[in-house]
Amino acid sequence: MNLNQVIELVGGTTLTTEADLNINIQGGYGADLMSDVLAASQPNAVLLTGLTNPQVVRTAQMADFRAIIFVRGKQPQAETLELAEQENMPLITSPLGMFELCGRLHKAGLPSFESNVS
Amino acid sequence: MCPNRIRTEQEIHGRHGRPITDQDAHEINRVEELSYDLKIHEVMSKNLQTASPDISLSDVLKILRINRISGVPVIQDEKLVGVISIEDIVRALQNNDLTETVGQYMTRELVTVASFDSIVKAMQTFAEKHVGRLPVVDEEKKLVGMITKGDITRGILVALQKDYKAEEVRRYRASHLFEDIISDRTTLVLRYNIKAQDFTHGGNASSHIKRALLRLGADAQIARRCGIAVYEAETNLIIHTTHGGILKLEVEPHRITMSTTDDGPGIPDVEQVLQPGYSTATDQVREMGFGAGMGLVNIKRCVDNMELESTVGKGTKLIMRIHVPAENFNARKEG
Repeated sequence: MNLNQVIELVGGTTLTTEADLNINIQGGYGADLMSDVLAASQPNAVLLTGLTNPQVVRTAQMADFRAIIFVRGKQPQAETLELAEQENMPLITSPLGMFELCGRLHKAGLPSFESNVS
Repeated sequence: MCPNRIRTEQEIHGRHGRPITDQDAHEINRVEELSYDLKIHEVMSKNLQTASPDISLSDVLKILRINRISGVPVIQDEKLVGVISIEDIVRALQNNDLTETVGQYMTRELVTVASFDSIVKAMQTFAEKHVGRLPVVDEEKKLVGMITKGDITRGILVALQKDYKAEEVRRYRASHLFEDIISDRTTLVLRYNIKAQDFTHGGNASSHIKRALLRLGADAQIARRCGIAVYEAETNLIIHTTHGGILKLEVEPHRITMSTTDDGPGIPDVEQVLQPGYSTATDQVREMGFGAGMGLVNIKRCVDNMELESTVGKGTKLIMRIHVPAENFNARKEG
């Protein structure tokens, strides 16, 4: 599904200005532990997280995420937003909690891009 | 099953909801990627011939013949009300009915696609509905174009041609470094100074490194593995060192070497820090989503070879190597 559909499903608000909402999102990954995100994610997913610092953007960029959604209406720090604009990483905030966010997207057919690592 | 058939979304995402692995991702070819990346409005024909439901079928036949097309959308009061195609006209011919109006014979079952959808959506609709052309509508359901299988083929070919040109430019750049500069062993070295506790700029160096590798022609998988490994290593310098350290990237045609060096405090037990979950990180670091004791473990998984040496009071050196398949950097071998 494309990012627009994802945003619609989670009642999200786009925070970055130049986001391309037509990009294809192939899966989802929800976590607050960035080391886990780096270790077990697959490329081209959307990242759902409660963390709002600039490291989230860096992590997403390194692991080839296509967008970040903040849970429970969280607003990112100014540095985070600035970095996201610079790196062209769409930031979205959703009023929903992590559990419901994951549930809605998965139910709508978005697969989990969290893989098992030994 | 035709091997060049476009896979369905289900197939690409893995059956039974299994997430796709890096291996699967590698097998998705460029045409399949394009069928998701290209939007319908990019390939559809915008030069629209339309018909009113009140005109006769013989008039429509003229429109079709002059424009060499096989069907047109039918518009009434600026609204899309149907499609009239050769098939409908053949039906009319059987009844010797060419003087009848378009409205009598047009297909009223309106199947449309949205201009902002990927072309894969149009391909699925073609397959499901057994039609050869589809009206394209915008967000307000207004007719903005028509799409045929031919438009899709043409769109993909044009995009592949663009890819090919971009690839040529990229190769040309890489060859400047690794082909035109002739030596027995050419290495490109990039150095970054990393400050201790500088979380604000954490990841900048890694970001530059990943981009550099992509520009040099490394494939996405290699760049991602390097990016993740070097980001973990950069984070370690920021979190754990006394005075920061140096992050170094060495690119050779057959190998990428990334390393970090610092002057302390050093690791007392190297075996211990390699255990998954072992961590000495502060709460502040953990709040930022790091310090779970997975960094080195994660690095080891991303690279082909990792070496960690440390002396307490002197410092630590971490070396990470990734072998590069020959097609990544286009090096010329002399002799």
